[in-house]
Amino acid sequence: MTDGQDGAVTAAASNRDIARLTALHGLMARIRAFERAAETGQTRGSVLGAVHLSIGQEAVAAGVCAQLRRDDLLLSTHRGHGHTLAKGADARAMMLELLGKAGGTSNGRGGSMHIADFSVGMLGANGVVSANIPIAVGAAQAIRLKGGDQVVVCLFGDGAINRGPFMEGLNWAKVFNLPVLFVCEDNGWSATTRTSELTAGDGAAARARSMDVTAIEIDGNDLALVDETAREVVARLRAGDGPILIHARTYRLLGHTASDTAGYRPAGEAEGRWEGDPMRRNRAVLEAAGVGAHEIDALEQAATDEMTRALDDAEAAPFAPAALAFDDVQDAGAPTRFWTREG
Amino acid sequence: MADITYLEAGRLALAEEMDRDPLVWALGEDLGRGGVFKQYDGLQARFGANRIVDTPISEATIMGAAVGAAMSGTRPVVEMRFSDFALCAVDELVNQAAKARYMFGGQTRVPLVVREPIGMWRSSAAQHSQSLEAWYAHIPGLVVTVPATPADNYALLKAAIRSDDPVVHMEHKNLWALKGPAAETDAPAEFGRGVVRRKGSAITIVTWSAAVWTALDAAAAMGVEGIDIEVIDLRTLWPWDRELVLESVSRTRRALVMHEAVQAGGFGAEIAATIAEELHHRLDGPVRRLGAPRAPVPYAPPMEEQLKITAGDVCRAVKVALGAA
Ligand SMILES: Cc1ncc(C[n+]2csc(CCOP(=O)(O)OP(=O)(O)O)c2C)c(N)n1
Repeated sequence: MTDGQDGAVTAAASNRDIARLTALHGLMARIRAFERAAETGQTRGSVLGAVHLSIGQEAVAAGVCAQLRRDDLLLSTHRGHGHTLAKGADARAMMLELLGKAGGTSNGRGGSMHIADFSVGMLGANGVVSANIPIAVGAAQAIRLKGGDQVVVCLFGDGAINRGPFMEGLNWAKVFNLPVLFVCEDNGWSATTRTSELTAGDGAAARARSMDVTAIEIDGNDLALVDETAREVVARLRAGDGPILIHARTYRLLGHTASDTAGYRPAGEAEGRWEGDPMRRNRAVLEAAGVGAHEIDALEQAATDEMTRALDDAEAAPFAPAALAFDDVQDAGAPTRFWTREG
Repeated sequence: MADITYLEAGRLALAEEMDRDPLVWALGEDLGRGGVFKQYDGLQARFGANRIVDTPISEATIMGAAVGAAMSGTRPVVEMRFSDFALCAVDELVNQAAKARYMFGGQTRVPLVVREPIGMWRSSAAQHSQSLEAWYAHIPGLVVTVPATPADNYALLKAAIRSDDPVVHMEHKNLWALKGPAAETDAPAEFGRGVVRRKGSAITIVTWSAAVWTALDAAAAMGVEGIDIEVIDLRTLWPWDRELVLESVSRTRRALVMHEAVQAGGFGAEIAATIAEELHHRLDGPVRRLGAPRAPVPYAPPMEEQLKITAGDVCRAVKVALGAA
């Protein structure tokens, strides 16, 4: 992220914070615009498969990922576009991937649910809830073996804490004192069921503490707070003080997938939660600090333009070639060796 | 060549690969004390607790962590102690390890090895005796190795560790103590290369792992009766040596595929079907299969015997195949 270098209107520190929050607002706007474009693409039939949007949860992605270096590692979930963008992946390549087009981040073989960009340390979204947690602790173990100072961030939903790998992975990270930041992005819902109805006890932070893993509970829609918390926590992890869990409370403003109208939610619930939308809240913070509405509008418009173009261009691009279906299966006994459609 | 046990061969292969490459490491339960069968004896003292890692009893995370570590530039060797327990980590192996390279468009590789001891062993009953190699051979992305000899355990484990593909390395528990010639060189094996363990002309038996020895016993017994059996040890199930099998069967014109695993849906079915597809008009009789009945493995020896494929069973199956039953 850029550190604000401009004028001395207010105290240097807060001036820098506002510059930072403005830049992060731009990042949130890009995530939101990407999600809106993905939603449009799905409506038009160009974005295929299940698409899980993170609208309303952008502050977690932006606040956490902006604290990471490019060589830090990130593991995400089915709802991973925002995390991937925030880690620095190319939005155009991501959009091509969502459409199965040539030039997609994974050559059109993964799509939305398996979005990944290893060149920026984003080791993959995952279609299996909770499965990224063991992978994250292993990535941290590799860092240890190689002698690096990177940290690993593993994001998952509130539903994921009811699968065994959550318990196994936290225990493991603690036993081996690994530099892993676990982020439970608690949007209140596990697909179409309220997570609280299915979860005993007080959730992610309480479970982490029971294993002596430091846990911090925050309002995940407060961008400045997420940013500040992540900054402290990442510094601690880099200094060898791991693992740590952040339980970030947020809210999924739309349905579970882009095609889910969330009719199971009590009437008015989501509408009421738009008040707490992190984009609106951060805009209010920025405006109160003197950032002009036009400046914020311009950021948001630029994001929309970027992602609209990314979608349009992706729609115009050719599909990834069919022959790629047989690439990258494995070196030994790869499919083309034995099988062709001709027999 | 000095003799070496199957168990020592595996330990030697791992130790040599760890000496060669500092990014090779092993993780699993109780490895510091040598592992369940002592396959890791002395390795923690030699390589330290960071490279021979004692893990919690968390199979999903043992396998999942290996996936993350493999994608992050190291070469983990996973110990599952019994192949049965690897079922607690099927998501991590099948959905993650086997698919990451493909589904992320070739951005990554998952160079891990899972050591899964298979087979019936000393009344170990239904949850410590299974041979599920067919499951893994079915999964695109995985390599499956099933050594029958000490030299092959050594060379295949080395190949598995150096492979950029995830490899399921299945060692047979009844072979740990088997002594045989050590490998002639320190070279890794090549996947997909079977070997003719016994030359013959009457029929080809295709098999792998400990069943190779059962087949050889049967072949020796039949040899006395003047029936000359060829025995192929596949050594790896994916990839498997189609060329060797088809060449052999096109000479002998008869085939019996046999394995310790349950016959129904076993990997023998794949081989039998391939032989039938490719050589139908050149066969002197239908391809035969011999595998275990479709029952869980029982505890009491008289019942356990019912599920074991013996040399006598193989002889009978050969006679059926030769039309002499
Ligand atoms: C192991 C597994 N079980 C079930 C599913 C189906 N599924 C996909 S997302 C989801 C809800 C996950 O809830 P949460 O972890 O809170 O994440 P969120 O969708 O809220 O971001 C479910 C049940 C799955 N993908 N993986």
